[in-house]
Amino acid sequence: MSDLDTKERIQPATAPGEGIAVQFVGDADFPTQDMSVSIGPAHPATHGVFRIVLELDGERVKQATPVVGYMHRGFEKLAEHRDFRQIMALVNRHDWLSGFSNELGVALAVEQMMEMEVPDRAQWIRMLMAEWNRILNHLMFVGSYALELGAITPMFYAFRERDDIQHLLESATGGRLHFTYNQPGGLKIDLPKGFLKESVQVSQTVRTRLPDYFDLVLGNEIFQGRTKGVGPLPPDVALSVGATGPTLQATGVAEDSRVTEPYLKYGEIDVEVPVGENGDSFDRFYCLLHRIRTSLDIIDQIHDHMPAGPVNTKLPKMVKAPEGATYVRTENPLGQLGYWLESDGGRTPWRLKMRTPSFSNVQTMPYLMEGALLPDAISILGSVFFVVGDIDR
Amino acid sequence: MMASLTHATTTVAQTVSLFDGFDGFVLPVILKLVFVLAAFFVLPLVGGYLEHKVMGRMQHRRGPVEAGPFGSLQLVADGIKFIQKEDLIPSAADRWVFAIAPGVALVPAMLVFLVIPFGPGVFALDFELGLFYALAAISVSVLGVLMGGWASANKFSLIGGLRAGAQLVAYELPLIIAAITVAVQAGTLSLVGIVESQATFQLFGTGINVWFVFPQIVGFAIFFVAAMAELSRPPFDMPIGDSELVFGYMTEYTGIKYAMYMLTEYAGMISMSALMVVLYLGGWQLLPGVPLPGCEAGGGLFDCSPTGIALGVAITIAKIMALVFLMVWARVAYPRLREDQLQRVCWLVLVPLSLANLAVVTIAKVVF
Repeated sequence: MSDLDTKERIQPATAPGEGIAVQFVGDADFPTQDMSVSIGPAHPATHGVFRIVLELDGERVKQATPVVGYMHRGFEKLAEHRDFRQIMALVNRHDWLSGFSNELGVALAVEQMMEMEVPDRAQWIRMLMAEWNRILNHLMFVGSYALELGAITPMFYAFRERDDIQHLLESATGGRLHFTYNQPGGLKIDLPKGFLKESVQVSQTVRTRLPDYFDLVLGNEIFQGRTKGVGPLPPDVALSVGATGPTLQATGVAEDSRVTEPYLKYGEIDVEVPVGENGDSFDRFYCLLHRIRTSLDIIDQIHDHMPAGPVNTKLPKMVKAPEGATYVRTENPLGQLGYWLESDGGRTPWRLKMRTPSFSNVQTMPYLMEGALLPDAISILGSVFFVVGDIDR
Repeated sequence: MMASLTHATTTVAQTVSLFDGFDGFVLPVILKLVFVLAAFFVLPLVGGYLEHKVMGRMQHRRGPVEAGPFGSLQLVADGIKFIQKEDLIPSAADRWVFAIAPGVALVPAMLVFLVIPFGPGVFALDFELGLFYALAAISVSVLGVLMGGWASANKFSLIGGLRAGAQLVAYELPLIIAAITVAVQAGTLSLVGIVESQATFQLFGTGINVWFVFPQIVGFAIFFVAAMAELSRPPFDMPIGDSELVFGYMTEYTGIKYAMYMLTEYAGMISMSALMVVLYLGGWQLLPGVPLPGCEAGGGLFDCSPTGIALGVAITIAKIMALVFLMVWARVAYPRLREDQLQRVCWLVLVPLSLANLAVVTIAKVVF
């Protein structure tokens, strides 16, 4: 207030009809003070305990600083004190929306070190589960992103489908979020009777309901107005911070380790990789939504391929990885998940380093949010899909 | 201001209210107050229940089912819960302003109900300036919102309050211009007068009886959009913006004060819908140009039997709830606009459109 008084004086009109002469003393810029707003760690838009500190000039973001670590649970250290089978129940918790895909990464790493032959059926079932898990994850983000833009209904729609899929996975694994279905050398147990039939049915149901999201969310004028051109990400910036998954694909880079470095049996089927053009929030969401459709295509192919046979190999009483190290990367729902597994020949890993997609994706935020409006910052925050547990581990 | 209003009530009251039929001075006044308070407290609850249920059905759930028959007393239960809650005032807050703000928002919302006609003769007052009074009272509510946002000493509240201020001031303009257009068409500012003039209104140059919504479909659309923005209803709920601003100007409010803000919003939905019914949808009339069953001719108080009056009230409330349904539908279907997009819609679309509408209607009125 005092700045205004000294810098700007309004002089009264000297005679009727002359109007008001406004004289600016000093520079004519209106002096304002930036406001620092802490979005999180407990804020509805961060769905978790993520925190981002915004320097605001009015509604415009001048600087955004993500602050991570509120949910650090020490998974990497804990893994050093669990044996290779127990780790499965640990790693499916850091990204709690993609439990199966996380387990899969560790299982692949252990198998690679022990040079195990995994039965065909186990590999196909793993793919099936991983794709269902991917759809579960993406549906969650379809709902939550719409919620962040103020649309409440898609969340309920998404949970309707999620419930069907979770019911399906529960029948095989016993879990709805934390499946713990993998073990080194295969799976814990074979699929229950009638699983594939139900899987085909659920796949058809989800496919028929998918247009709802395309119409209700992607096709909505206000949604497009809120996301098109918001937070454009050039491919070089995305690559320099290591962004992967829909965030990278939206920039036009068709990187997907299911295609570029196939694991399991992904080499034997067609995997389509949707890409965007501008890398803005709209494209990120577009890629996310299309990944659901491509996952359904993959699931249909898996249904046709599913072989008979055993689903696991006989394990020794004590699973010990030989001395050495390996790195395995898998295409998790949110991007590339890497596990660096180092063993000294004992029954527990000597070191398990996680390269989680959320952590890398979140690093695009300072770049994306700079100069954006506060509502756009939320639109960006939601469109760079992340799980807080996956950032903080 | 007050003097002129008092003047208007005492000398130029046009239509007699049902409650003026009683003898004396005190009894009609008490009855009118009871009527206004009952409408103010009951109708928003009905609207809120409708919202709960409609949203539930549209989102594959059932809405409230436990409290009362079919969950109809859910909002009453919520109200009781709000009263029991601890009344927190942040230590940095401006205590007095913080405490008064919900009341400043609530009271004008209540005052609007004074002039809304719910049926033939079923209204508290018939001002000569009824429309002017209703719009003026509605716009006072923004003060309470601004006060709450400022006094909370919270950054989210402050941003929410300022957004609300900018939004409510901006959308006042198309709202008022659209209302003026109706007043021009009807030739009166009295809400009862506007309803009655729709009973005999004929489309320009033809003999067809219509309500004002037909010649003024543009005005109705403008009024509807502006009313939703004025009430901060989705998709225009940036002042609350729960994913951006936590809960905007209401972030720091708890208990009964929060309930007062919520009641303001729902009462606003009712009063805005009621204004739309009165201005555009023929008030208590069942069909344009046809008297109500139980009524004769224009359908004033003395033309109607008790069943006619009851039917008129039921029709008005049904129309109000239909509009509330539309607002709920918009909330279910749409995401939130951005603040600058909101302002752009107002200044670049609604204001020019409403001015053009006013010009067209005025010329048509003079020509035909």
